[in-house]
Amino acid sequence: MAQERKQPRKSTENEEATEVAPETDVSERKEALDDDVDAILDEIDDVLETNAEDFVKSFIQKGGE
Amino acid sequence: MSVRRVMGTEVEYGISVQGQPTANPMVASSQVVNAYASATVRARRARWDFEEESPLRDARGFDMSRQVADPSQLTDEDMGLANVILTNGARLYVDHAHPEYSTPEVTTPLDIVRWDKAGEQVMLDASRRASQLPGGAPIVLYKNNTDNKGASYGAHENYLMRRSTPFGDIVRHLTPFFVSRQVVCGAGRVGIGQDGRDDGFQISQRADYFEVEVGLETTLKRPIINTRDEPHADPEKYRRLHVILGDANLAEVSTYLKLGTTALVLSMIEDRFLSQEFTVEGSVSALRSVSHDPTLQQRITLTDGRKLTAVQLQMEYLDLAKKYVEDRFGSDADAQTVDVLQRWESVLDRLERDPMLCATELDWVAKLKLLEQYRDRDGLGWDDAKLQLIDYQYSDIRPEKGLYHRLVGMGRIERLLDDEQVEVAMHDPPEDTRAYFRGRCLEKYADHVAAASWDSVIFDLPGRESLQRVPTIDPLRGSRAHVGELLDRCETAEALFAALTR
Repeated sequence: MAQERKQPRKSTENEEATEVAPETDVSERKEALDDDVDAILDEIDDVLETNAEDFVKSFIQKGGE
Repeated sequence: MSVRRVMGTEVEYGISVQGQPTANPMVASSQVVNAYASATVRARRARWDFEEESPLRDARGFDMSRQVADPSQLTDEDMGLANVILTNGARLYVDHAHPEYSTPEVTTPLDIVRWDKAGEQVMLDASRRASQLPGGAPIVLYKNNTDNKGASYGAHENYLMRRSTPFGDIVRHLTPFFVSRQVVCGAGRVGIGQDGRDDGFQISQRADYFEVEVGLETTLKRPIINTRDEPHADPEKYRRLHVILGDANLAEVSTYLKLGTTALVLSMIEDRFLSQEFTVEGSVSALRSVSHDPTLQQRITLTDGRKLTAVQLQMEYLDLAKKYVEDRFGSDADAQTVDVLQRWESVLDRLERDPMLCATELDWVAKLKLLEQYRDRDGLGWDDAKLQLIDYQYSDIRPEKGLYHRLVGMGRIERLLDDEQVEVAMHDPPEDTRAYFRGRCLEKYADHVAAASWDSVIFDLPGRESLQRVPTIDPLRGSRAHVGELLDRCETAEALFAALTR
C-alpha cells in the first residue's frame, strides 16, 4: 500500500509533546528544538553520500541465506 | 528458564565495491573474509568443515596476491576457503554473495548484543583490510537486509530448545508473537514491496519477503516459522529453532529485546505456560500490513474475532511473561530477565502513546525520525532518492559514515555496552558455553587445530597419523568452569589432548 507522499505529522510536534516541561515557554522551547534538529541534520549532511540518485541506483545486492 | 538460553545470531552483510557497481560480490566477500583471516588468524588457518579434507588442506594459506591477480579464476569451490573460526568462537565466512558472521553460542541477550556487535567490528576491520589490498577498491559493508530492488539477505537467530516440546506448540504460540514483534525490533525500511515499487516507509526490512507460514526454505517462499532442524547438539534432547524472520539491527536495545523477549516466549512455550492462544487470521498478510503502518494503528484479526494492534498483541505476551516469571521465580528472577521485562513494558507503553518516544532505543523509530526531519526541512516526498540513501547509509558499518553511528556519536541513541567490552569480544570467547573451549583452542594451539565446527574441535598432533576429533556436543560443556584450568595448564595441544582422553 502506497503512503501519502508527504505526511502531515511533523517530528518537531512530537518532540514538543514529549520533551516540553510544563513551565517552559513553548515558543522558546520550539526554537531550541529547531536549532537542535538543524545541528543534527547539518552533521548528517556532512557525511551523506553526495549523489543520492547514483548511489541508490548502484546499490545492488544478490539474495542470500 | 527465563531469558537465559543457548542462543546465537548469524548476519549476512550487504556489500558494495566503491566505484564498481558490477563487481562480483562473491569475490569481494571472499576478499573481506580472507583479508581478516590472513591478518589475524595465526599460523595455520583452521577450517570450518571436516568434510572436504584434502582439497582444502592443500590450499591452506590461500594468498592474497593470487586472489587479486586473477579474481575471475575464483570458482565456487575456492570460495569454500573463505570460512574461518575466530578466537572468540565465532564463524566468519562467505554465504552466497555476502560475508557472514555467526556469533559464538552465548546464554544471555546482553551477550548476544556483545558478540553481535563484535561481529560488526570484525567486519569493519575485515573490509578495511580488504580495501588495502594491492589494486583493491574500497569495500563497504551494510548491516541491512535488502537492496529495495528485490534482493533480501538474512539476519538469523538461533535458539536451543528442548526436543520434547511439540513443534506444533512452537508454531501456534510463536507465529502471533513474530507477526507483532517487529514494532519492537524492526530496523525500518524506505520502500514498499519486495522490489520497492511503492513509495513509503515501513517498520521491517524483511516483512515483504515472507510468503508462507511454515516451511524449510530460506531463500524462496520464505516462511515465518522455519523448520530447519540441525541442532548441533544431542538431537535426542535438543532442537535448534532457526529464526529467519528478523531484521539486522544496529541499535543495541533492539537486538537485546529481540532476543530477550523471544527467549522468554520460548520458555513459556516449553513450560506449557501459554494456555491462551492468539492465532492470527492470515499471518503472512498481517505481518506485512503491520510493517506498512508506522503509526501502529493497524489491527491484527485473531481467529477468535478479536482485533488487536501489534503493540496490544505484544502487551498480551508481556503480561503473560510477567505472570510466568513471577510464578516461576518470584523475587529470585535473574537481573537480566527483570531488565528485559521492564524495558519491554516501557517500550510498548511509549509505542502505544507516540512511537517517536522510542527514537533513542529502536532502529526503526530512530531511522523514521531522521527521515521525517529531512522531509520537514527539505520538503521531500517518499520517492526522493535522498530518503532511500538515508535508509541504506543508516546501516553503513563505518563509524565515520554510518548514520546509526553518527547518531550514537551525537548521543541520540542509547547503548548498553561500551566500545571496550565490544572490542574484547572480537578476540575473547564467551565463558559459559563450548565456544570457550573452541576459542581458547584456536587462540592457544592454532598450529595444531586442523578444523573446528559448532560441535567439534579437530587436532592435528605431531606423531599421529590421523586427525583427532574432540566432540563438543553439549553446548553448555567446555565452558571456563569446565576446562579453564585445564587450558591454562596445558602448554601444548598434545598435553591437552592427552589430558582430555586420559
